[in-house]
Formats: sequence, C-alpha cells, structure tokens
Amino acid sequence: MITRLTERRGVAIWTLVLLLGGTALATFLVLMLYQNIVAREAEATKDVFRVVEVDDRTVDPAVWGKNYPRQYDSYRRTVDTERTNHGGSEAFQHLDKDPVWRRIFAGYGFAVDYREERGHAYMLQDQRETERVTKLKQPGACLHCHASVMPAYIDLGLKAGVPAGKENWEAQIQKGFEEVCKMPYSDATKLVEHPVSCIDCHDAENMNLRVNRPAFLTGIRALADSDYATPHLPSIERWRRDGRQGQYEPNIHATRQEMRSMVCAQCHVEYYFKGEGKLVTYPWSKGLKVEQMEAYYDEVGYKDWTHKESGASALKAQHPEFEMWSQGIHARSGVACADCHMPYVREGAIKVSNHHVRSPLLNVAQACQSCHRIPEKEITARALLVQDRNAALLRRSEKAVVDLIDAIVSAQKSGASDVQLKAPRDLQRKAQWRLDFVSAENSMGFHAPQEAARILAEAIDYARQGEIAVARDAK
Amino acid sequence: MAEPVSKTHLYLLVGLACTLGLFGGLGTYTFTYARGLSYFSNDPRACMNCHIMREHFDGWQKSPHHAVATCNDCHTPHTFFAKYLSKAENGFWHSKGFTLQDFHEPIMIRPHNSAVLQRNCVSCHEQIVDGIDTHPGNPDRMLDCVHCHREVGHGPIR
Repeated sequence: MITRLTERRGVAIWTLVLLLGGTALATFLVLMLYQNIVAREAEATKDVFRVVEVDDRTVDPAVWGKNYPRQYDSYRRTVDTERTNHGGSEAFQHLDKDPVWRRIFAGYGFAVDYREERGHAYMLQDQRETERVTKLKQPGACLHCHASVMPAYIDLGLKAGVPAGKENWEAQIQKGFEEVCKMPYSDATKLVEHPVSCIDCHDAENMNLRVNRPAFLTGIRALADSDYATPHLPSIERWRRDGRQGQYEPNIHATRQEMRSMVCAQCHVEYYFKGEGKLVTYPWSKGLKVEQMEAYYDEVGYKDWTHKESGASALKAQHPEFEMWSQGIHARSGVACADCHMPYVREGAIKVSNHHVRSPLLNVAQACQSCHRIPEKEITARALLVQDRNAALLRRSEKAVVDLIDAIVSAQKSGASDVQLKAPRDLQRKAQWRLDFVSAENSMGFHAPQEAARILAEAIDYARQGEIAVARDAK
Repeated sequence: MAEPVSKTHLYLLVGLACTLGLFGGLGTYTFTYARGLSYFSNDPRACMNCHIMREHFDGWQKSPHHAVATCNDCHTPHTFFAKYLSKAENGFWHSKGFTLQDFHEPIMIRPHNSAVLQRNCVSCHEQIVDGIDTHPGNPDRMLDCVHCHREVGHGPIR
C-alpha cells in the first residue's frame, strides 16, 4: 500500500515536472518568436545606415560599405572565381584553349596574351599585369574603364584650367579624360587605386544611378542624334519626338530602368582610341549594329592593326555587350542588365540588388525565375542550348576566317600583288570583325541569339567570298 | 482521508501555474503584436504583414481584378471549412519559411494551391467558360487560366 502510494506520487511528480518543463520551453520559444518578429519589423524600416559621410570624391568602396553593408558584402564577392560552360571568371588563356586565335590576331597584342576576364574586383590588377600592357606600350586611355578614375579626371581637369564648382563637373571630367588618355599607361595608372567602385554608378548624395564616363556620354549622345531606332531605350525616342532640344542627357532623361542598363553600358561596349590623343570613343553615330559600327570605322578610315600574315587592315572587337543586348528580345521587353546580372535578393524583410555581378547561369533562381516560372534545370538547359549552338557556329566561322588567311598567305607567296589582294584583304577585315564581335562579346550569343547567328553567317560568307576572290583575282 | 500534498508537489504546482500564466500572457501578447487576428480576416493587407507579399499586393492594386477580388477570393477555397484549413496549412508554411528564412526564391505557388486558384477562376467566370473543360491542378491535360491571363491578378509583370 505504501509502496503503491509512493509510486503514484512519483508518477504525479514526474508528470508535473514534465508539464512544467514543457510549458517553460513553449514560453521560451514564444519569446524567441516575438524577438524574431520584432527583428523582421526593424529590418523592414531601416535599410540604410549613415555612419560616415560619402561624397563624389570617396573612391574607396570600404567607406561606402559602412553605410551600405548589404550591398558592399555582395560587391566584395566579385573576387569569386567560377567557371561556366563557355566563360566565367577564371583567367584561362584563350590562346591555349583555341590556338586559332593566335593566327587570327597575328601581329596584335591579343596574340601575346588573351586571358578570360575575371570578376570586377580584379579589373585594375589584371590590366596592370596583362602582357598586352607589360610587353607592349599602352596609353592611359585604358583606365577609362579599368579603374574608378573620376576623381583623377577631375583633378587633372581643374589643373588644366577648367573652373571649379559642381556646375562645371562634366567639363572638368572631360578635360581630365583628354589629359589621361594621351599619357603613357605606366604613368596614368599611378593616379588610380581602385577598380570600379560605388561612385562609378551612384550619386553620393542620394544613391541615384548616374553615368559619368565621358566616352559613354559622347557616344550615347551621338546615338541619340542619329536616326537609329531605340525601342529598348524609350527616353531617347521621347527626346527625339520632343524636337531634339539641347543634347540628350541620360542622367536627366533616362528612366531608372534604362539607367540600370546604362551604368553598365559605360564600359561593356565596343570602342576605339581616336587619333593621336588616344581618346576613348564609342562608334555609335550610325547605330549599334555590327555593320553600322563597321561603316563608322570605314568612314573614318580606322584599323586596329595590320594583320601580320595577310596584310589586311584588321579591326579588334572589344566587348560589345550593350550593343548585342540591344538587338535581343530581353532588351526589347524592357529587361535591364541589372535585372539578370544583379537580381534582387531578399535579406530578411527587405530586398536589395545583388552587387555580386556575375553570370546569371550561376544564379538561375533569382536571375531568371522571377519572370520565367519554370524549373531551374529547364531554364539552364534552354540557355545552354542557345550557347552551344552559337559556339558551334563560332568554331565554323573561325575555320572560315583562318582558311581565308591561308589563301591570302599562299597567294602572297606565289607573288600576288597588293592590287590583286585588295578585295580578299577587305573581305578578311569584314569577316574577322564579325567573328570577333560575337567571340569577344561576353554571352556566347545569349544576349541576342538570332543576331549573333546572323553576324556569324555573314562572317562565314565574307570569308568564303574572300577565298573565291583570291582564286579569281590572284592567279 | 485526503492524501497529504507533499511540499515538492506544491512547489511544482505553483511553478506550473506561473509558467502557464507566463505562456498564456506572452503568447497572447506575441499573437496581438504579430496581428494574429488579422489572418482570420479577408483584408488583403494581412497578407503583407511580413513584407514578402509587398510586390504582390502592389501589383494587385494595379490589376484589373482589384475592384472585384481580394487575395482570399482567388487563393483560398470558398467553403468555410476548406478555407480555414487552407489558411492554417499555408499559414504554417509561410510562418516557418519567414521565421527560419529557408524558402525558395522567388516564391512560387505550389500545385495544390494552383488548383485552388484555377477552381476559383472558374467559380466566378463559369457562365462564360463552362464550355471549357478545365482540369485544376493538371496542366498537362489543360492549361490553367493564368497561364495566359497572368496579369489579371497581380498586374503587369516584365
């Protein structure tokens, strides 16, 4: 009897202890939930932390990072190295991967060193280290896009006599730009210390997007002045409709959505160094298509170099992402560079744009799925299909261009004259420009698949026409 | 004869009463602070209490259905029991996802919720669409209305 009572009491006590513990744990969890809700609410109300003052001269992104820690954290991730099927951010040597390019670039710096570009964080270091700069002489013009160069431009502009004050800001930049472009690279590079940073896209006062690269401003105004249709840049069409008053001002006329492409278009474009002053210039006055830029180069009589094997006046395509994107369906649908390359990410209760600029293929969910509501695997497969087809056409075009070079070289050996070889060399220039345009563009055709295929079809056609011309004219 | 209550027993009972009170009080406070009652309502603002649905709410305000349908009209079943069961089930996953921050981005509707949505399209539009043999939840047999009419609920998307 006594034992049973004790046992029952024991059970009752343990039940009580368990109940007490359970309730205490539940209470603890409720408090944690409360804490979590409070934290999320706070996140939603405060996303900027003004702990330091930044202005137009604050180049160092780490200083801005104190005010904008979320954006800065992702910006710093551009050091990451990741390979995609056709590119990525690993500095592999194109010349070893595809040796035909040693021949296509014969006599030019890119035949010496043609490494895949790494992430934004490395742009200045990689430029200082490439053998195109260390073994060959380059101008300060290169810094226009490889460094956070605005304060240096402004300083030199002021030194050259442009009046001080914010109202003369653009004139100061333009003058300093002209000064730096003609300096030797080795001197000019001492004026800068950071790769692309916050002030290159943002106004320090209000964080608005802003473009200030002088070559872009000149280029986009030339484009606006032309009659080239820009359905993907509606503010230009509006400015034209309104009677083309004054000059087109992207910082005033462009919508925020357009600016989310234009800040990138400050550098991800085709360009050349104009004249003795080596002024960085975007060839857009006739339009953004490959043949329109070619017509511009033909008109001003420009060549990047004389091909060492064939003697053709060759052009080097740079990285015409903006121009290629302009021909594609995404641009036409109003999708900006930043929509796919800097998609919004949620951090707790707020959304910030991801400043880790990289291939959307490495981040398909955030980059593509907000519009394309199909499984990630399917999206990736579709993108790779586009790129693989483009790569196949690209290999075929390389072969055609190299065949033409071979034909010209062999005709030269058999004593063909410059007059006889004029047509084949001109055709090589045309074919090679188109091939390089698609090859150097960083999307393996994805930014505008049909346009890339059209360009490569023309490249093959011109190359084979060139071979026919050799056979016909240089017997 | 009543059994004497031991001291341990008594302490435990008092302790239990206290923690139960604390649990009740803190629970009610948290529930109120988190606007718990709003989730029983039909007010669309309740759906963006946690900020995730802010864009969806914004889009809905600019959409053609703004004047005629709220979130619940399209996204929960129209019968009492099924509606609150659906609210409870989705509410649980939403709370879990938002608290632990472990959900897929961008958020996507799950198949059974998609079927609910499809039934609700038909429920209002049946007079016009009764000739169309729809198969809620089975897009292989018949595409859902929103496959083409994507913008009716949340406004234009890019």
